[in-house]
Amino acid sequence: MRAYIIRRLVQAIGVCLVVSMISFFLLFLNTDPALILLPPEAEMKDIETFKKQMGLDRPILIQYGDFLQKAVFHGDFGQSLVAKVPALQLIAERLPATLQLAVAVMIFVNLVSIPAGIISAVRRYSLADNLATFVALVGQAMPLYWFGIMLIIIFGVWLHWLPISGSGSLAHLVLPAITLGSWMLPINMRLVRSGMLDVLNQDYIRTARAKGLTERKVLIKHAFRNAAVPLITILGMQIGLLLGGAVVTETVFAWPGMGRLAVDSIRVGDYPVVQAVVVVFAFFVIIANLLADILAALIDPRIRLE
Amino acid sequence: MRDTSTAAPAFDELAPSSLTRIFGRMWNLRLGVIGGLIILGLILTAIFCPILAPSNPYQQDLVNRLKPPLWMKGSFEGHLLGTDHLGRDLLSRIMYGTRVSLVVGVCAVLIQVLIGVSLGLVAGYYGGKLDSVVSFLVNCMMGFPFILLAMSLVAVLGPSLENIIVALGFTGWPVFTRVTRIETFRLREREFVLAATAQAFSTARILSRHILPNLLPTLLVLGTVEVARAIIQESLLSFLGLGIKPPTPSWGTMLAEGRNYMLLQWWLAAFPGAAIFFSALGINLLGDALRDLIDPHLRKG
Repeated sequence: MRAYIIRRLVQAIGVCLVVSMISFFLLFLNTDPALILLPPEAEMKDIETFKKQMGLDRPILIQYGDFLQKAVFHGDFGQSLVAKVPALQLIAERLPATLQLAVAVMIFVNLVSIPAGIISAVRRYSLADNLATFVALVGQAMPLYWFGIMLIIIFGVWLHWLPISGSGSLAHLVLPAITLGSWMLPINMRLVRSGMLDVLNQDYIRTARAKGLTERKVLIKHAFRNAAVPLITILGMQIGLLLGGAVVTETVFAWPGMGRLAVDSIRVGDYPVVQAVVVVFAFFVIIANLLADILAALIDPRIRLE
Repeated sequence: MRDTSTAAPAFDELAPSSLTRIFGRMWNLRLGVIGGLIILGLILTAIFCPILAPSNPYQQDLVNRLKPPLWMKGSFEGHLLGTDHLGRDLLSRIMYGTRVSLVVGVCAVLIQVLIGVSLGLVAGYYGGKLDSVVSFLVNCMMGFPFILLAMSLVAVLGPSLENIIVALGFTGWPVFTRVTRIETFRLREREFVLAATAQAFSTARILSRHILPNLLPTLLVLGTVEVARAIIQESLLSFLGLGIKPPTPSWGTMLAEGRNYMLLQWWLAAFPGAAIFFSALGINLLGDALRDLIDPHLRKG
C-alpha cells in the first residue's frame, strides 16, 4: 500500500511537470508580457531593454527552467502582470470560493444521486426508474452554462426566489451548485443504479434478507456498500470535471472563484496567473484521484493497491 | 421502515420478464429513430438554410431590435422567434448556426479519432514501453483541465473556425486512445490475430485489416457521443468569447450575447441554448440506440 502511494505520488509529480510545461510553452507563444506591462507608446528600444531586464529574451527552455526552479523551491509562480501581486496569492484569495462551491456540489449530487439510484434499482422499470432514466438522458445533453442561465431567468428574474449572481450567502450558492451538479448527476445516478443491480440478486443479499434484517439495512449496509466503490472512483475523477465546470459556472454566476480568475487571466494574457491556476488544478485532480483509490480500497477489502 | 413482505415484489422485478426487456429495447430504438430524425433535420437545415431561413441572418434592423417572439405582445411580423440586439432575425441566425456546430462537431471528432485511435492501436498492440509513454500522455491530458487547455490553444492560435476545430481535436482525443488501447489489448490475444501474425502479415496489415474493423462498432458509438460533446464545447468556447467571432451566427456566441439581455429579453439566451440542447440530445439518442443494436453488452445498467 505504501509503495503504491509513493509510486502514485511520483507519477503525480510527473503529470504536474508535463502539465506545467505544456501550459508554459502555450502561454509563451501566446502572450508578450512586454506589451501588457509597458505603456502603448513605448518604443521598440524600450521594449528590448525591458525584455532584457525581465530575462524574456532568453531561450524558452532556460526560461522554463527558471520558472520551475522558482515554483518548486520557493512556491513562486511569478507576479500577476495585471494585479501586480504574486500569482499564488491571487489564487489563495479565490480558492475558498471555489472550494465552497465544490463542497456544495458534492453534497447536492450525493444527496440526490444516491437515493435516486437506489430507488431506480430496487423499483426497476417503475415510473420512478423511467423518470430517472429520462432525467439522466436530458441531463447529458444539457449545456451546463445554458442550464445555469435558464435557472437564473426562471428562479432569479421571474420568480425572484434566489439571487442571480455574486456570492456571500447560502442562497447565492443554490443555483451555481445545482447548475454544476446537474453535470455529474446523470452519470452518478446510473452508476449507483447499475452497482445496486449487480449485487441485489446475489446470495449474500438473500442471506441478509433471510436473517430478517430490515429492507433498509439490507439495501444500505449490504447492497449499497458495493455500489459505493465505483461511485467513489468516479467522484474522484469528477473533481477534475468539477474544476473545469467551475470555470464555466463561475463565469455565468459571477462567482469569485479560481475558474473565473483563469478565464479572466487567459483573456488578458496574464500568463503567470494562468500558469499557477493550471498547475493548482492539475494538483487537485491528481490528489483527488489518489484519495478516491485509497478510499475505495479501504471500503472494499478485495481491492488491493499494488 | 418498510417490512420485507412489501419489498418482496421488488425483488422479483430484478429478473424482468423478456416481454419487458423487449419493450425496453423497442423503446430505446424508437428514441434512436427520433434522434436520427433530429440529426437529419439538422443536416438538412445546415445545407438548405439559405432557402429555409425566413430572412438574412446578417440583416440588421435597429428600429425593430429586441422584438419578442411572435406569440408575445409587442412582436414584429415576420420574426417567429423575435429579433436580437441588432434587430437580426433570431430564427434565421439559429438556422445558420447549425452549419458552424455540425462542421466543428464532425471535424473535431475526426481529428480526435485520428490521433486517439492511432495512439491507442500502437499502445495496445505493442505494449511495453510504448504503452507506458502513451498511457502517461493520456494521464497528463486527463489531469489538464480540458477547458483551460482548449481556451489557451484558441488564445494562441486566434479565434477562428479552423482553430476551434484544431483546439477541440487536439484536446479531446484521450478518450479514443483509452478505448482503442484496451480493446486492441484484448483482440491481440485472439486466435484470428494470432493466425494473422503466424502468417507473417505486416503489422500495418494486422492493425488495419484484423484489429481496426473489430473496433469500428465501438468507435462509431463513441464518436457519435463525442460529436455531441464537441458541439457543446464549441458553443462553450464561443460563449467564453474565445470562439466564432460575431457576426457569424454560432449558437454559443448568440447565447453569450443573449446573456446580456436575460433580465428582459429571455428568448435571446433561451432559443440558441435550446438548439444546442436538442442537437446534443438527438445525437445521444442515436448513439444509445446504436450501442443497443451493435452490442447489447455495452448497455449501461
